[in-house]
Amino acid sequence: MSFDISVNRFGIMKNRGWVKFTKSEEETRKIGRAIGKGLLPGDIICLVGELGSGKTTITQGIAQGLGVRGSVSSATFKLINEYKGRIPVYHFDLFRLDKLSEVEELGYREYFYNQGVTIIEWAEKMRPLWPEKRMEIELKIISENNREIKITNLIGREISLSGNSGNRDIN
Amino acid sequence: MLVLGIETSCDETAASVVEDGRRMLSNVVSSQIDIHRKYGGVVPELASRKHLETINFVIEQALSQAGCSFKELDGIAVTNGPGLVASLLIGLANAKAIAYAFELPLIGVNHIEGHIFSNFLKHPKNKFKTEKLLPPFIALVVSGGHSDLVFVEDYGKYELLGRTRDDAVGESFDKVAKLLHLGYPGGPIIDEISRKGNAEAIKFPLAHMKDDSLDFSFSGLKTAVVNFVKNHKLPTESQSIADIAVCFQRAAIKALVENTFCAIEEKKTKKLVLGGGVASNSHLRDVFKNRAEKNGIELYYPPPALCTDNAVMIGCVGYYKMDYSVVRPFKSLEAEANLELESWN
Repeated sequence: MSFDISVNRFGIMKNRGWVKFTKSEEETRKIGRAIGKGLLPGDIICLVGELGSGKTTITQGIAQGLGVRGSVSSATFKLINEYKGRIPVYHFDLFRLDKLSEVEELGYREYFYNQGVTIIEWAEKMRPLWPEKRMEIELKIISENNREIKITNLIGREISLSGNSGNRDIN
Repeated sequence: MLVLGIETSCDETAASVVEDGRRMLSNVVSSQIDIHRKYGGVVPELASRKHLETINFVIEQALSQAGCSFKELDGIAVTNGPGLVASLLIGLANAKAIAYAFELPLIGVNHIEGHIFSNFLKHPKNKFKTEKLLPPFIALVVSGGHSDLVFVEDYGKYELLGRTRDDAVGESFDKVAKLLHLGYPGGPIIDEISRKGNAEAIKFPLAHMKDDSLDFSFSGLKTAVVNFVKNHKLPTESQSIADIAVCFQRAAIKALVENTFCAIEEKKTKKLVLGGGVASNSHLRDVFKNRAEKNGIELYYPPPALCTDNAVMIGCVGYYKMDYSVVRPFKSLEAEANLELESWN
């Protein structure tokens, strides 16, 4: 279940934030799938987290939730992968980029404001370019298999993360 | 028969003239790393503009080094995927223009196929008798962007047996090198530093799947290294860094070897070819050499200049596709970021 924290703290919107704890890659993927099911064209997901924290894993889940059938692997090399799902999925990976100008050269706007969902790994590298409406997902390594996943929904519409256990109030 | 090969799928702008599929007449590669070094290191990878700036010069060089003109060519071969679309488009647009102007057949080539075919090429530094290499064989293509295990039954007859489910092997080298503050690109650096390490120091998980599949998974291994560094703090002595590097490298390569030799057994073939940038890793070559000798398998791998991205391999595939009359109307040829390896024979 999800916790309505924003009413307490910001009074803006329901289900704005969650913190979840997962014990395996599959659990991380499962959260991704739940998110993916609620996404619509134009939605943008910013993933932040260190190496090995599960960014590609949760992306795989989101893509599955969006109906992508084929394999979703790391986009580090190609910078952008595109998949066909219920709606198109644009999978960004900014690992190799160092400067904001390099991100700008990606032509990211054409993807952001297109008919698909954009998922960005290493999104902190383009923080000044983040759109106002977005979902932020921050992943942290707790121990070998355990991850803390903090989700902040700024998309402006409720997205349910139902069917998952291990929630904890963001406070 | 002379084929001009053009390759722009990633950072390298490359062109080459290949004679009769196996003889390299020129090999021109302009790396964007050189162009951008003055800006302080890492390349703006997607700058297809850089391909645009260099491609005409690279093609001219390839022709002049081969001592031939556009009019003497019999065909144009160009990489149309997989890769960065914006980069692929530059090569493709140029190839189309040349094909149109000189009324030449245009052949689209899969980049992975190119890496496999790089083993067919004669090269001054190639110590294998490439003229003796004929399909069927198993091919392992390992690079910064790919980790594919393919059964090549014949020219243009492929069966994908395994691939990575997450990170490519070369990518995991880059990421681990970054984690250990060793610099970029990670492959050669880890290879070098590993020589000093103790291979028994740490036990990392192998990079293959737990199920029966021949797929790879390098992300778990990368995460294990991240966890190790977290738990033990990043070591300051070079010995401990070398220990981590060598143990990581061994675990990564062991999975490649195990799965590859499973594939060899499954397909009952006696030949194995390697390709891609990681195929020049010295430990990888040693392990494969030993294992191949033990199992009575003929092993081939290209010299380093043909392991990394180049256009010779593209010209080579182009020749065989022309030989098998697999030439499509060029207007329908498009750049495809996720182009799958498809059989054409």
